[in-house]
Amino acid sequence: MKELTHLQRLEAESIHIMREVVAECDNPVMLYSIGKDSSVMLHLALKAFYPAKPPFPLLHVDTTWKFQEMIKFRDETAERLGLDLLVHINQEGVEQGVGPFTHGSQVHTDIMKTQSLKQALDKYKFDAAFGGARRDEEKSRAKERVFSIRSAQHRWDPKKQRPELWRLYNTRMAKDESIRVFPLSNWTELDIWQYIYLEDIPIVPLYFAAKRPVVERDGTLIMVDDGRMPLKEGEVPQERMVRFRTLGCYPLTGAIESKADTLPGIIEEMLLSKTSERQGRVIDHDASASMEKKKQEGYF
Amino acid sequence: MASIADTASAPAADSTAAEVAAYLKSHEHKSLLRFITCGSVDDGKSTLIGRLLYESKLIFEDQLAALEADSKKVGTQGGDLDFALLVDGLAAEREQGITIDVAYRFFHTENRKFIVADTPGHELYTRNMVTGASTADLAVILIDARKGVLTQTRRHSYLVALMGIRRVVLAINKMDLVDYSQEIFGRIDEEYRDFARQIGLHDITSIPLSALKGDNVLVRSEITPWYDGAALMEHLENVEVGNNSQSRPFRLPVQWVNRPRHDFRGFAGTIAGGAIHPGDRIRVLPAGTESTVDRVVTYDGDVEEAVAGESVTLTLKDEIDISRGDIITPNNNPCAVADQFETTIIWMSEEPMLTGRTYLLKIGAKTVSATVAHPKYKVNVNTMEQLPAKTLELNEIGVVNIGLDQPIPFDAYEDNPETGSFILIDRLSNNTIGAGLLHFALRRSQNIHWQALDVDKDVRATQKNQKPCILWFTGLSGAGKSTIANLVEKKLYTMGCHTYTLDGDNVRHGLNKDLGFTDADRVENIRRVAEVSRLMVDAGLIVLVSFISPFRSERRMARELVEEGEFLEVFVDTSLAEAEKRDPKGLYKKARAGQIKNFTGIDSPYEAPENPEIRIDTGSLSAADAADAIVDHLQKTGFVKAR
Repeated sequence: MKELTHLQRLEAESIHIMREVVAECDNPVMLYSIGKDSSVMLHLALKAFYPAKPPFPLLHVDTTWKFQEMIKFRDETAERLGLDLLVHINQEGVEQGVGPFTHGSQVHTDIMKTQSLKQALDKYKFDAAFGGARRDEEKSRAKERVFSIRSAQHRWDPKKQRPELWRLYNTRMAKDESIRVFPLSNWTELDIWQYIYLEDIPIVPLYFAAKRPVVERDGTLIMVDDGRMPLKEGEVPQERMVRFRTLGCYPLTGAIESKADTLPGIIEEMLLSKTSERQGRVIDHDASASMEKKKQEGYF
Repeated sequence: MASIADTASAPAADSTAAEVAAYLKSHEHKSLLRFITCGSVDDGKSTLIGRLLYESKLIFEDQLAALEADSKKVGTQGGDLDFALLVDGLAAEREQGITIDVAYRFFHTENRKFIVADTPGHELYTRNMVTGASTADLAVILIDARKGVLTQTRRHSYLVALMGIRRVVLAINKMDLVDYSQEIFGRIDEEYRDFARQIGLHDITSIPLSALKGDNVLVRSEITPWYDGAALMEHLENVEVGNNSQSRPFRLPVQWVNRPRHDFRGFAGTIAGGAIHPGDRIRVLPAGTESTVDRVVTYDGDVEEAVAGESVTLTLKDEIDISRGDIITPNNNPCAVADQFETTIIWMSEEPMLTGRTYLLKIGAKTVSATVAHPKYKVNVNTMEQLPAKTLELNEIGVVNIGLDQPIPFDAYEDNPETGSFILIDRLSNNTIGAGLLHFALRRSQNIHWQALDVDKDVRATQKNQKPCILWFTGLSGAGKSTIANLVEKKLYTMGCHTYTLDGDNVRHGLNKDLGFTDADRVENIRRVAEVSRLMVDAGLIVLVSFISPFRSERRMARELVEEGEFLEVFVDTSLAEAEKRDPKGLYKKARAGQIKNFTGIDSPYEAPENPEIRIDTGSLSAADAADAIVDHLQKTGFVKAR
């Protein structure tokens, strides 16, 4: 008897989910956010369809405010693996000059991320979209299905979610409806890091500690990633040893001070950490039911 | 907002790397235990899970801060930490104080990762418990020590046994409220074992607990010196995980055929039982073709063995035809193939199960059409009593025979849950409306060969100089369906065509006189008419069917019984107001007066066709013009020859 480890079981489950989508849906896409979870999801896709390449494109919804290193990593990854990468930017938002500094995190996230994602899904008529969300990230996600049905308006209706039994996923949908699929549902942050370590999966260097220019605002360290960041009076970017636990738009992503510049270092730090990874995300700090509200509106 | 995270103490680089590497090494061998917790809010279930998360140090400071705030706002522990709030997810239900869905929680210890399916205990939520149990290796059943074995305890245990979970932890909670009495614990333990034996649960571990105080949760408590078993967490860490899936015969439901280039044809899927090696002789079902495994392919290289639970890709030595939904089995231990089964169905939809309606059935990687028969009985989940039933309602469980439109390979659920379980999907709403367990085949499909006749449909149709078809007239009562159908039949007769009309009058008085007008009976009514029509089409006739047939799914079922193009839906479109004004038989008046129940358009819905082949607007077309238009359509489409 060969006992499978927890990571082997999680890997097999994720591969099963991806194959099911490819077999049953007409036009799937993988939402690629460039973060560590996306890196793991992409790696699992390479495994699921080997020796074929993943039979779907990657879609990155670019808010135009991502860290420059993320964009570089994204383009190199697509190039290295020979994958089809689609990048969507909400041009209306760009024309209106929407950004986190001028419009605040909520408006920016809504227009450049949520609305932009809907535009892209409508434009390419994708009927299934893989996302890297995990159930352990947030309380309201604990009940999210692996296959989550969205209306033609991309809304999530808690009452329309289907029971999921055994490994039997129901992918049937009406015209214009779509499914968000979360192959990493049962992974935890620790699982993700262990897997990255064991499988030697490339990740964006921003996860590793390095000297970076940051300013401290409202108790959060923000990296000055480009010249668009307006400095307040008296603010002088300081070079500090920092890294990021999650990656998003640079003005909305808090850095932590750290010396962890290797994977074991990161993992050790995570094991000792007293705060959850979402704590670094500026957009989550609204009322405690806010993720649920965002999900209903079509935010991932 | 929490403040900036503490700077992790800077460890000496070398020792860290070595320590973490050792840590990760040990974690490579971690196993995974999936379990379900059953019990009501009152039993302290959420408190117990919250406690497990808290004690395994998986609550972060920011989450703890939110918990403290929530505990003060809506907590039930007088300002103390209310662990239940950690796990009660969605905002609405948090306010109601009950959990109404399955939530999955994660924690880990040195040896194991745990996935907890947290399901509510309320009577209405059988659906959620069954869902959570379907993927669990073990069940933790909570009991309030003050109350002992209750009806709901029996219900939970029955569902656990039904879903094939063999290992049970009986968590006798709130021991603090009965002075940690050994006697009370012993009494409950004994009573439960007696009951569990009757439903086939034998592997029971009882633990005296106080989730609120933390006794016997993580480590054994001094306050129960009489208890010499393991604490809950110790037990969960050490209990044997493996179900016996690897010792079952090999099964690979083919999920996807991998053809990246013409010299590679791989069959991808997750192994649902046993193990496979290159060189193993296999049989593919339902076709029955045989071959030998060439390679077991993975991204990390070919392997010499793959076992149940792994997702792999097989290549074979011979080029044989295999598609998604087929099952690869050992040649000397194949599964059975059949198209009629006795099953247990758990109904999960607000709409009751309708006998005779066809649903989609998904089993493994295969989706087929299934028709359900009358339940043999349903089970009262509280008493396990078998009750007669005409249908199954939400959260009801019954034993039901089903028939499929094609034979499928399968195992009995008790032999292999993965090749013996299915879900039912509604064709219109696309919702998952039921789950089922296959017990046994009612007949072997090998025995049901259709008699191959030399005189077939084509021959009969040619003899009659026409193409057979069904003209299915649907519309409200009083729309003019029968009037128009009669005119069409007269015209066709004069043209030398061979026809027959089925309508309410000649069917309801004979073939279907045992049926009433409930939704279930209406479905059965249409099913029989559709089957008769199919036989008549096979006989070469042009069949005119004139029925209100209010439900789309039944009309679709009729359409799918015959070959493509043979079913012509004629929508006799009259507004309800107009039909009610005409009221040729005085039925609307009676329905409005409440003398007729379930009357279409009044208190029973009419679902108009979305894409009828022919639409007759009776507002602008007389019955004679309508008949002409229909015959004209039949000529243009070649069903009858123009004369």
